[in-house]
Amino acid sequence: MSSTNRTAAETQALVTRSLARRYRAERRFRFYGLTAVLAGLVFVVFLFGTIFAQGLSVFQQSYVKIEVFYDPEIIDPAGTRNPDDLVTADYQALVRASLKARFPEIEGRRDLRELYGLVSSAASIELQQRITSDPSAIGTRETRWVLADDTVDMLIKGRVARNAPEDERRLSDQQVNWIAALERDGALALRFNRAFFSNGDSRDPEQAGVRGALIGSLLTLFITLVLSFPIGVGAAVYLEEFAPRNRLTDIIEVNINNLAAVPSIVFGLLGLAMFIGFFGLPRSAPLVGGFVLTLLTLPTIIIASRAALKAVPPSIREAALGMGASRLQMVAHHVLPLAVPGMLTGAIIGMARALGESAPLLMIGMVAFIVEVPQGVFDPATALPVQVFLWSDLPERGFIERTSGAIIVLLLFLLVMNATAVLLRNKFEKRW
Amino acid sequence: MNDAPKTTIGTITVAEPVFSCRNVDVYYGDKHAIKNVNIDIGRKQVLAMIGPSGCGKSTFLRCLNRMNDTIVGARVEGNITLDGQDIHDKQQDVVQLRARVGMVFQKPNPFPKSIYENVAYGPRIHGLAANRGELDEIVNQSLRRAGLWEEVKDRLNQPGTSLSGGQQQRLCIARTIAVNPEVILMDEPCSALDPIATARIEDLIDELRESYAICIVTHSMQQAARVSQRTAYFHLGDLVEVGDTNLIFTNPQAKLTEDYITGRFG
Ligand SMILES: Nc1ncnc2c1ncn2[C@@H]1O[C@H](COP(=O)(O)OP(=O)(O)OP(=O)(O)O)[C@@H](O)[C@H]1O
Ligand SMILES: [Mg+2]
Repeated sequence: MSSTNRTAAETQALVTRSLARRYRAERRFRFYGLTAVLAGLVFVVFLFGTIFAQGLSVFQQSYVKIEVFYDPEIIDPAGTRNPDDLVTADYQALVRASLKARFPEIEGRRDLRELYGLVSSAASIELQQRITSDPSAIGTRETRWVLADDTVDMLIKGRVARNAPEDERRLSDQQVNWIAALERDGALALRFNRAFFSNGDSRDPEQAGVRGALIGSLLTLFITLVLSFPIGVGAAVYLEEFAPRNRLTDIIEVNINNLAAVPSIVFGLLGLAMFIGFFGLPRSAPLVGGFVLTLLTLPTIIIASRAALKAVPPSIREAALGMGASRLQMVAHHVLPLAVPGMLTGAIIGMARALGESAPLLMIGMVAFIVEVPQGVFDPATALPVQVFLWSDLPERGFIERTSGAIIVLLLFLLVMNATAVLLRNKFEKRW
Repeated sequence: MNDAPKTTIGTITVAEPVFSCRNVDVYYGDKHAIKNVNIDIGRKQVLAMIGPSGCGKSTFLRCLNRMNDTIVGARVEGNITLDGQDIHDKQQDVVQLRARVGMVFQKPNPFPKSIYENVAYGPRIHGLAANRGELDEIVNQSLRRAGLWEEVKDRLNQPGTSLSGGQQQRLCIARTIAVNPEVILMDEPCSALDPIATARIEDLIDELRESYAICIVTHSMQQAARVSQRTAYFHLGDLVEVGDTNLIFTNPQAKLTEDYITGRFG
């Protein structure tokens, strides 16, 4: 070989030549990496940009200030204060009366209907709740901010141009003028959108809120976490630390890995057949949703937990066994504490995936139109991603905004959940 | 290659054995790692095991506290008795065996817990202390005997992993003697340590010999000569020669032993 009788200088020259090549390759590689990261960033910024541009406005909503007179003649003509009568009274008439009082010049049924259309039908429901909870208010006057109709809201938010031709918007020219008049008085303004956070779904955009879906998601994820984390960790510990290595455990291992790749809708069908069809659990219930999402997250948690267990240095196991610890003691005292951070990472990934899933929930009926906010895991509910899906399908402009708003809430939920898990993980990691 | 087991030269028996190993074979799958080894291990003395790398010293050592059970595919055959009782007997609980036969590993492996917890762990799981006071006393004494007390008495709550390598190894020794075993197995306990730390551990071994039987694997002839009373020379899974350390180092009977200790081999 000639390389054996090269002089030192010759070798040096060769190394220098190859160095240049190596640095070039490195620079090229860095450039590729940077491009990839930048491309990713651009997409993320674009995604968040559009979502926030569309959705941030949902946190404010147009409210109309009205002077209501809780007219005893309308609410309770008999004067009995009978609760049943109070519920069924014509509160719409109170709202109308106060609007009429604000615009006394408006006459004629058509014009009046247009005037009344400026305020959401939620206003009368609000007055009803006000009176039924406190009948002593009957006969008094009060200033209240009530929800404006979604068409008004869209105009105020500038989603519909005021100077657009009349037939291209859902408000007439005179309605736009009244709106302007109200604004001049300070009687029509954007305020914090309570309804979005306190209401369930609704057919009226201005009344539709995410609370139902949010609680539904919370309940569903709670069930999922409570089931999938202990079961997943238990299965991982058993498979990794106790199970004999044989054909059966090999088959189980392969199957768990395959399960992680099964499309989520299949789990939904399984849940439909098993939990609802066979066990007769209620449709649309967060309990069943939680069961289905548990099936979905289990493989992820098991795989991550096993990896975390495998990563615990064998010297620690030897030390524990050498001290005369039983297998269980070795696992419980030494291996698990070291593996918990990794397991939590698995749980984060699994739960994040579960939070974003909609397909399996569609299968078990968590896609119904549900106005009531669920009170427990057996009540019918939807979940945030399903709510996004439902709203994205509706034609009203107000729902476009709400779709993005729900996505923002979903992202915030995800952020809070992950932050909690990361904090937890750091706490465990910090032990040594 | 001669795969047939050789007969051991020297005296394999001692007057008062703790361990008595007869016809011990170890296989890793198809690999025959220990071939028909017969040896006794005496009370209150140090047995040094020497031999070239890969000859099976660690493997044999791990037979004595059944750590080979934890290795998938490892198979131990033959008869090993501890105080006359077969350690592979169905009656023999492996947890109890390991409480009686402590082990110090080549690489210091303290638990990722506090210094105190490291030492207290054994007494705690075996229920050796009735209350916190007794436990404190055991920890204190074990650390003293391991010659570590002065260095760590003010930092018992700091992680054991924050100590230096030599301190960690002494911590591991303290942890082992805290459960008051009958035998201590040491697998190259000084291989990661500097000469000063090594000397301290050798002193410690000398002291511990007063109460325990000790088996130590070492690559250092000097160390074997310094700390042990008996020496066993392994070669490719065979126990070639065993006898008084003085005799082995001054007048080895087997050619292989002589080659090894005079440095003509490995
Ligand atoms: N877990 C295992 N699986 C398979 N073979 C093993 C295993 N452990 C050890 N062996 C083999 O058994 C033989 C003896 O190994 P052992 O670790 O006992 O050697 P040793 O004498 O301690 O060597 P060293 O001085 O290098 O520590 C070696 O050939 C090794 O390759
Ligand atoms: Mg070894």
